[in-house]
Parts: sequence; C-alpha cells; structure tokens
Amino acid sequence: MIREITIGQYYPADSVIHRLDPRTKIIATFLFIVSLFVFDSFTGYIIVAGFLATCIILSKVPFSYMVKGLKAIVMLLMLTVIINMFMTPGEPLITVWKVTITKEGFRAAAFMGLRLMLLIIGSSVMTLTTTPNNLTDALEKILGPLKVFKAPVHEIAMMMSIALSFIPILIEETDKIMKAQMARGADFENKNLIKRVKSYIPILVPLFISAFRRAGDLAMAMEARCYRGGDGRTKMNPLKYCRRDYIAYAVCIIYLVAVVVIPRIFVI
Amino acid sequence: MSLIVNHVNYIYGENTAMEVRALSDVSFQIGDNEFIGVIGHTGCGKSTLMQLLNGILKPTSGEILYNGQDIQDEDFDKKLLRNKVGLVFQYPEHQLFEVDVFTDVCYGPRNMGLEENEIQLRAYDALKAVKLRDECFYVSPFDLSGGEKRRAAIAGVLAMKPEILILDEPTAGLDPKGREEILSLIRSLHDESGISIILVSHSMEDVAEYADRIIVMDKGKLQFDGSPAEVFDNYEALAEMGLSVPASKRVLYTLQQKGVPVKAKAITVHDAVDEIYRVYSGGKV
Amino acid sequence: MNLIEAKNLIFEYIRRDKDGEVDGVTRAVNNVNISVKQGDFIAVLGHNGSGKSTFAKHINAILHPTEGTVLVDGKDTLDEEYLWDIRQTAGMVFQNPDNQIIGSVVEEDVGFGPENMGVPTKEIWERVYESLNIVGMYEYRKKSPNKLSGGQKQRVSIAGVLAMHPKCIILDEPTAMLDPIGRKEVIRAVRALNEVENITVILITHYMEEAIYADKIYVMDKGSVVLEGEPHEVFEQVEKLEELRLSVPEATKIAHELRGKGVPLPVGIISEEELVETLSKIL
Repeated sequence: MIREITIGQYYPADSVIHRLDPRTKIIATFLFIVSLFVFDSFTGYIIVAGFLATCIILSKVPFSYMVKGLKAIVMLLMLTVIINMFMTPGEPLITVWKVTITKEGFRAAAFMGLRLMLLIIGSSVMTLTTTPNNLTDALEKILGPLKVFKAPVHEIAMMMSIALSFIPILIEETDKIMKAQMARGADFENKNLIKRVKSYIPILVPLFISAFRRAGDLAMAMEARCYRGGDGRTKMNPLKYCRRDYIAYAVCIIYLVAVVVIPRIFVI
Repeated sequence: MSLIVNHVNYIYGENTAMEVRALSDVSFQIGDNEFIGVIGHTGCGKSTLMQLLNGILKPTSGEILYNGQDIQDEDFDKKLLRNKVGLVFQYPEHQLFEVDVFTDVCYGPRNMGLEENEIQLRAYDALKAVKLRDECFYVSPFDLSGGEKRRAAIAGVLAMKPEILILDEPTAGLDPKGREEILSLIRSLHDESGISIILVSHSMEDVAEYADRIIVMDKGKLQFDGSPAEVFDNYEALAEMGLSVPASKRVLYTLQQKGVPVKAKAITVHDAVDEIYRVYSGGKV
Repeated sequence: MNLIEAKNLIFEYIRRDKDGEVDGVTRAVNNVNISVKQGDFIAVLGHNGSGKSTFAKHINAILHPTEGTVLVDGKDTLDEEYLWDIRQTAGMVFQNPDNQIIGSVVEEDVGFGPENMGVPTKEIWERVYESLNIVGMYEYRKKSPNKLSGGQKQRVSIAGVLAMHPKCIILDEPTAMLDPIGRKEVIRAVRALNEVENITVILITHYMEEAIYADKIYVMDKGSVVLEGEPHEVFEQVEKLEELRLSVPEATKIAHELRGKGVPLPVGIISEEELVETLSKIL
C-alpha cells in the first residue's frame, strides 16, 4: 500500500531526458510550473499536456510510474477540487439542498485539478530521470551565488540528496512496522478520528527511532569516507552544458511562447 | 487446532508490469504442538507465506482454513486469527514503542479488548515465559541489550496467547550466545506451553537441531516437507537449490562418496561423531 | 614498521542515568595490544559487547583512546592534523548494508570517498570501475542500491572504501545482517582484497567460520584480548571457545569430540575439507 509512493525515486534508463544537464531540467521544470498559471482556457491545457506527453515518451519512463506519484496526493487533489467547486461565486449550474455549484466553480475546480496533476507529473519527470545526487549538485550550482551571503548551500544540497535517497528505505520500513503492529492486533481502520490518530503512534515512534539510528550510522559512514563538507571536494559528474541542453532551452522558450500566445487566439 | 494451506498462490502486483509470482500451489497442514522449520533463500516466498498464514496478506487464489473455516470468509473473525496465529517479524525489536517494556507487551492483549487485569496478567506471564529479568520490566525497551529487546518483542506476541507462533529469522543479527538463548527459549515455549512453532531460518544447523519437521521452499514452491532426516537425505536436490545441509551431514556424505563405509544419516554433531566412531572401531560399538 | 599498532589501548565511557547524572564508568576496551603488518588478514572475534567494534572504531579515528595509543601507518589517531590521512589509509565498512550507502546509483556511491578526497574527475571514474571490478559488482554500476541484495550492498560498500585506495580495510561485522549466500559473497570479496590486492584486512565478526582464512585471530571478551594466535592455535581450544560461547564450526567440534574418544586426529582441524581428508585416511 504505502510502497506505491514514487516521489523522489529515480528510474534508471538511457534517454535524452536522462542525459540532460540537471540544471536544465530544474529550470525547465520551474518554467513548466510557471507555464501552468499563465493561461485560462482549455487550449492551454492541450498544449501543456502535449508537451508533457512528449517529454514522458522521450524519457522512456513508463507512464504508470508517473501516475503512481499522483496517488500520494489524491486527498489534496480532492480537497482542492471540492473547495473550488463550492466556493466560487457565479452563475448557478446545479443546486442541491443549500449547496450550489456554479458554472465558474466547475470550471475553476477542473482547472485547479488539472493544474495540480500536471504539476505533479511534470515534477516527477524531473525526479524520475535525475539521480538525487545530480539534482542536488545542480541545485547547489544554481543557488551558488547565495554563498556570498554565507548561506550553507552545499550542506542544504547534501541534506536534500540524502533525504531523497532514504525515502524508499523509510517507506519500506513503515510498511514493515505497520504489518508487525497489525500482527499485534492494531487497527488502522477505526471510524473514530481520535482513536485512528492514536493508532498511528505505534508506527510513528519506531519509525522515528529507526530514522535517528540510521542518521547516526550514516553520519559515521560518511565521516569514515572522509566527508568534511563541500570545500576541496571534486565531482564525479561535473556539470557541463552540451548542445542538447541549449536545444532543450530553446524548446522551452518556444513552448512558453506557445502557451502564452495560442490560448489567447484559440479560446475553448 | 488445525491450519490447512490448500493450493495457495500469491502474486505481487498482479496485472501490472512488475508482476512477481511469490508462491505457486503451496499446500500443507499444521497441527497441534508441532515444531516446523521453514528453510529457503531470501526471496523464496517464505516470508510471504508467513504473512498469509495470519491473514495480513490475502492469497491470490487457493484457501487457508483455520479449524475448517476459510480465513478469507466474510464472517470469519480476522482479529481472532491474528491472536491465534502469532507472527514475530524479522528484527521484531524495531516495533517496540512504549515507555516501558511491560506497557509495550500489554499492547497486543489491549488490542484484543481484554479486561485490564487479564491484560496485565498476560503481559506478566509472557515476560516470565521469555525469561526476561524482573528489573527489565519497567525500564524503557530501548535501554535493553539486543537479545533482551528481542525477547521483549517476542513476549509482545506471546501475550496474545497464540496457538501457533511463527518466527521469521528470530536469530538474525544476534551473536552466537544470543542465538543460542533465543533458540532454547523457543524450544522451551514449545515444550512447556504446547504451542506449535514455525521457525523460519537460514541456518540448517539450527533447524536440524530444533525442528521435528522441515519445509523447504524454493522459487515459490514447496519442495520438501518431512522430518529433518528425510529432508536432508535429498542432498543433491538441496545443493542444486543452493541450500546446504548441516555440516555434520555434509562431512559424512563426502566421506561416503570417498568410499568410507559410513552411513550418511546423522544430521547433528553428536550423531555424526557416533557414526564415525562406530566405523573407526570396526562396527563393534 | 607495523601498519596498525594499538599499545595499551583503553577506552572508557561514562554511563548516565535518566536524569543525565553520572552513573558510572564502563571500560569497553581494556589494555589491548594489537599490531598488524602490511598485507595481513586479521580476524577479531567476540560477542556483542566484547569491545571488538569499539576497538575497530579506534583504527578509523572515529573513537579516541582514553589511555594508550593507536598508530595508523605511524600516525597517532589523536593528532587532529592526520585525521583525514588516517581515514583514507584505514577505510571502514560497517554492519548495516542500508545505512552506509550514500549514492542513489551504485557508481555514485563508490565515487563518494574519492570526491571527498578531491581526486580529479577522470581518476575518480577509473577508481570506481576498478573497485567495482574487484568486488565483482561492475555490471551493477548503474543500478539503484535499493534493488540489490544485502550481500551485494556490502560489496558496494567495500568498493566504496577501495576507491579511496586504502592500505587497510576494517570490516565491522559486515555479514551480521546477511543470509548465508550474502555472507559467502562478502567473505569471498574480502579474501580477494587480501590475496589479490594485498590490502591489509581487519575483519570483526562473531562467525568463527569466517575467521579460518585469517593469518591471525584475536578473541576478545569483556574488552580484553583473551586468545590470540593462528587459526589452528585458536581453534584448538574448543573448551575455552565454548566457554566464551562462540560458535565453534561443526567440523572442529566433530574432530574435537572424536579425539576425545581416542580417534587419532591432529589438533587444530578447522575446515570440513581437512576433516574429511584426515578421516578418509584413517577409516
């Protein structure tokens, strides 16, 4: 059940997207997220979905993997849709008892839902095709200028990288602990909300303890391998822009222009 | 009490790209007061099988009958099954969470909805049964030694008074002393309280010494089911699965292959010594 | 000059009760003298709590002696200046395969040490491939460590240390959490390091079977070295070892019991092959 979360998991494959410089991917993902909010018609979504589909096909990552990431945010997604649906004033569409769904509300809900889904899938393309180490290297480079203000950029990047690579292990651990407590008669399906929250304590406590133990072990292992912060470190994969990165940037700009302009011409 | 596993199949992620067949057509029975050793490699399906037995996983096809009733039936009380078939996972000390050992052991009985004094009585009995020192009862489980933690965790399952106790690699990560303590503890539980034990293990020596019956799993299939002597007679077949037989048996077998007139029956050190000595003294003993 | 030299090593730590008050002092390592020559394969046996892991952590300068000295390649581990030299000279592999892998791809993990040491990029890759080849994990270089078995993960960890080009590798119970197949894989890799690459190996373990390939064995109990010598010498002392409740290999037990019954077997039989060989001659 809980093993199905794929956020932050790397999917090894040999594709154009995998080979892109991680900085390109981060910036492109950022531009992609921005692009989701610059239009207000369904034409825009067609372009975005088309662009995203192309990227997914190029990435050679099975589509089912991308969608899996959505499962984790189903609750958030539904909440957003419901709030938008019922809270937007406008021309009434259906009225059931005291609740009115407006035409605008319906539209807003559909837009927000789609945006969220595209956003998650779009970011999954980045995380699934980039190893956490590469990702953080890129982040470190992009945020590099902040070092002037004494920001611990390297440390933050390293922390992120480790956190990401430990997600699968912690997920597996949660699954194990849950099963073990179920064998001791734990009930995670209690109707009573307070009881249900309480029933998670036997999972959270062991999970935290294990996370701390792992953190301690890992810190020791890193020190034993001469880790001493970012100074004097060399890189296995120094970041270098290639021709494909410039092409990718060009594609992104064309895409952005298309998203801004086309929906204003063809409004659906 | 009887637990019957009838033509059970289990497939992980059925109908997805990552479909893995974990068990295929597994059938066997467990009766009262048995001591069964289950052996096989990591990934042979033994852990899946254990989780099926107490209803944490549901078979893809086939059925598991507890006292004649299908445990997947709508009206079957799954909670009851989990009480009757106790499951101790690998590294069970990782599931301890309460402020002290005693309260932690109470967690299982409390989930069963028992009376408070019954809960405490069971916790006390269970802690006594795993031979934990009295001083340990009211300290934090995290302050115990590795072996003690594991015994406390076993007590947590024992307090639910199961009829079958399944232990998945109960000696993993322990040193020889801790291993011996846990194994002799399990044997005394079996001998004194009369519960059935299923011991999942990698160690042929341990299984040969403690179990009355051995089940061998390989690639999701049940390969052998019989007494240790019978099962370990399949020397070549086991070797082909990459499973070793106990060292004593191996020594006798290799001697036999070299033409020494020993019978390769023994599976423990003691019996092997007797057999070699018998041949050495010219069969007079 | 000895590569590793522990002289009168004592390590004590302060126990504290719930309120953080000093409860007492525990001596985890008590007056240990161990010296290791370049190219040796040393095994340190003992229970959990015998002080063997605490001792091992001194060689890598993770812990520092309360009394006595530890010299690694002639450098005192107390000298801050040599800290990174020492850690590079004496690399360390730990028990839990999941808690020491830093990269999310095998080759990235192996490269972590050289990156920290500031090795130039091109050379990092050479070292990574070379190390993965030695432990037989080259074909897995692009895999995610999470998809590997325990034994494979430990071999990756060994490669990670190898890539730092150490003179000595300390393995702190590398097989304690593995299944029999994983244990075999790791021990095979460790022997290759020692025999082929001539790297000094210090193997900390509680499995006696793993110690039979060692040049010298130290048995620790309650912080002190209680037995030392070549495998044959140590394994002879079956009673003593059983008293320490270390698991004597079955072959050694059989030989010992047969000798007790008057069967003329030489002392110090440690492997099954040896036992079968000798028995087939006299039976």
